[in-house]
Amino acid sequence: MSNDIKAKVEELKQKYIGTIGEPTVMEVEWGSIKRFAQAVGDQNPLWNDAEFARKTEYGQVICPPGFFGWAAKSKPGLSGLTAKMMGEFAVSGFPGVLDGGMEYEFNIPIHPGDIIISSGKIADIYAKEGRTGASIFGVVEITYTNQNGDVVAKSRATLIGRQA
Amino acid sequence: MANSKQLYWEDIAVEMEIPQLTKIATTQMLVQWAGASGDLNPHHYDAGTPLAAATGGIIVHGALKRQWLVQLMTDWIGSKGILKKFSCQYRAIDKPRSMKDFTDPLDGETWLCRGNVTKKYEEDGICYTDCNIWIENGTGQKTTLGSATVILPAKE
Repeated sequence: MSNDIKAKVEELKQKYIGTIGEPTVMEVEWGSIKRFAQAVGDQNPLWNDAEFARKTEYGQVICPPGFFGWAAKSKPGLSGLTAKMMGEFAVSGFPGVLDGGMEYEFNIPIHPGDIIISSGKIADIYAKEGRTGASIFGVVEITYTNQNGDVVAKSRATLIGRQA
Repeated sequence: MANSKQLYWEDIAVEMEIPQLTKIATTQMLVQWAGASGDLNPHHYDAGTPLAAATGGIIVHGALKRQWLVQLMTDWIGSKGILKKFSCQYRAIDKPRSMKDFTDPLDGETWLCRGNVTKKYEEDGICYTDCNIWIENGTGQKTTLGSATVILPAKE
């Protein structure tokens, strides 16, 4: 890999790795759960049918894994920490935001009425050079906690900036 | 749901196939997903944006493809199964169908969400099943690759 890119990655790592973003508070409502499931085409009664869900061990409907509710105030664009990191990539010559993938670990079911607090941290920054150019990868780890202070889930998202 | 029968630990054999899930995407569905998920990136609904020009048109949200794969697993494991771990990476872009009219799509891609069991094991008294999962398009190209770990109940 070119020394320029190596140096840039080192600089970004020094600056950003370990940075923790502002936590986001999300409210979980059954209406938005159903709308989410409908958009996927997912008719699982665990998230759609209150009568069915009541008879299961969950006792009430749960979120499909991967849905964490809605922030009370949300606007288009990436969340603060991710936006900051991708903005830095763009300024360094690696613009754009490509979704590189996601990892989830699910611990506790989420129910309508829960309040989920998500807190993100930049966990890694690295680069790859291929035939079509170089890319910088940023990894954001998010911990999702409910109103009882229990960690309901964790995620690890990879975002990619491609060399202009 | 594709399969409403409960899946049990005893039903699992390494290499067994997860029941396939068929999906299409239309521009209308992407709008619906954008609203339901909060992802308002114009790359997924605006043919005029430079973001779309770079990929030859509007592309399907990675997160929607991810949620198809989540559904692949949750459809299979039944209400007593638990999805414990999940991961996916996007290897190729996928394009939605345009709409012929208010309700019907034009022709276009159909995707298969598929998977198979790679490992079945017990750890600290919990029965885990690991799977490889993926999405393939009409030509068999795998556009999304992933893995999942589930916990299944034992037959009573």
